[in-house]
Amino acid sequence: MLHDSVILRVVVKLLLPPILLYALYVQAHGEYGPGGGFQAGVTVAAAMILYTLIFGVPEAQRVVPFAVVRTMVPLGVLIYGGVGIVGLMLGSHYLDYTVLAASPPDGNHIGVVLVEIGVFVTVSGTMLSIFYSFSSKIEDGEDAD
Amino acid sequence: MVAVTIGIVRLRNLFAVVMLGGIYSFLMATILYVLDAVDVSMTEAAVGAGISTVLLLATLAVTKVREAAPIHPPALPLAVALVTGAALIYASVDMPPFGDPLGPGHQHVAPEYIARVLPETHIPNAVTSVLASYRGYDTLGETTVIFTAGIGVLALLVGRRRPRRSDGASGGGNA
Amino acid sequence: MEVLANINQWVTIFLMVAGLYIVVARGNMVKKLIGLGVFQTSVYLLYISPGKIIGGTAPIISPDFTVYSNPLPHVLILTAIVVGVATLAVGLALVVRINEAYDSIEEDEIYAQEHDA
Repeated sequence: MLHDSVILRVVVKLLLPPILLYALYVQAHGEYGPGGGFQAGVTVAAAMILYTLIFGVPEAQRVVPFAVVRTMVPLGVLIYGGVGIVGLMLGSHYLDYTVLAASPPDGNHIGVVLVEIGVFVTVSGTMLSIFYSFSSKIEDGEDAD
Repeated sequence: MVAVTIGIVRLRNLFAVVMLGGIYSFLMATILYVLDAVDVSMTEAAVGAGISTVLLLATLAVTKVREAAPIHPPALPLAVALVTGAALIYASVDMPPFGDPLGPGHQHVAPEYIARVLPETHIPNAVTSVLASYRGYDTLGETTVIFTAGIGVLALLVGRRRPRRSDGASGGGNA
Repeated sequence: MEVLANINQWVTIFLMVAGLYIVVARGNMVKKLIGLGVFQTSVYLLYISPGKIIGGTAPIISPDFTVYSNPLPHVLILTAIVVGVATLAVGLALVVRINEAYDSIEEDEIYAQEHDA
């Protein structure tokens, strides 16, 4: 890949922390401004894809192993479904967040935050695992030539 | 935007088409931003211009960059497309004018949501609260769709290593 | 102004027809998927543009504003974009596998191979 260029390596190292920080901001601030789990998840995945493009797949998989990414895919759905189950346990309907806190609006707020975390985990995990699968194909092709 | 679209239709070098696709996505994100859909615009910029472009490039790296010349004359598809377009333009005459606050879509549930969002959820962003709270089931289903897509891609690309090596050796060389 | 009242619909229709044309006329599978993407973005516009209210602002509730654009299409299309990229990824994975099996991503060539064999 492109790991020979010093400029690219340095610039990417400078760019990655702000991108990841921005993704976290988008995730945490999604209730007040534009953003939420989808946007944050995609941004994190894009940051990791940038890292992979510059430093190569083995280096990226040392930072975020494939197994972790694969686990994140069902984990997010589990978090989302789990929030629904908790509502069920506390004597309300499935995915009814109003019982999660003392007052219904706060419960709604907490529920939305938890659900967005679930969405974030699944989206970032899926995007990265898709990208890893494609890049493993490319490595295969390069080996064959 | 129109020029970029025509470029996408005409060009046969798939690499250039993918790059135009990225430009197209950014233009679309800008238009969505102007139309007040800030959340959607952000997602389109990240997904359309970022992830999709990278995935398409990855596919091109594995497959071929040149598109073969079309064998069939384009008359029939063009006719189908034009007839569809004419029917849609005929239908668009009956739509409410652009940006009209009295349009039927703005009368029924939307004001209700906007009025109830802040007292009921303490979340100022109406899009987030409707997405995750009022329409929680839809978003759960959507997360499941993404989950399924991830599983599908993993099953297609990772499960079987190098199935037909004998005739697939020319695969990665054209990038 | 009367003539341009539905300009947003016309842009949508143009993109939709262009996407449809690519999907129907082109045999290359990657090109077909890009065409599907163009068609899909036209649907985003179809939903979002009637939700805009002239003079309105983005639907983030604040005491400073009273007129908001309709948030419901935004929710729907947010879902559609993410599902769209997921289906695009599955489609591309299928293209990669088809290329491995047939060494071609052109519909006509694959059809010919199937019928020669």
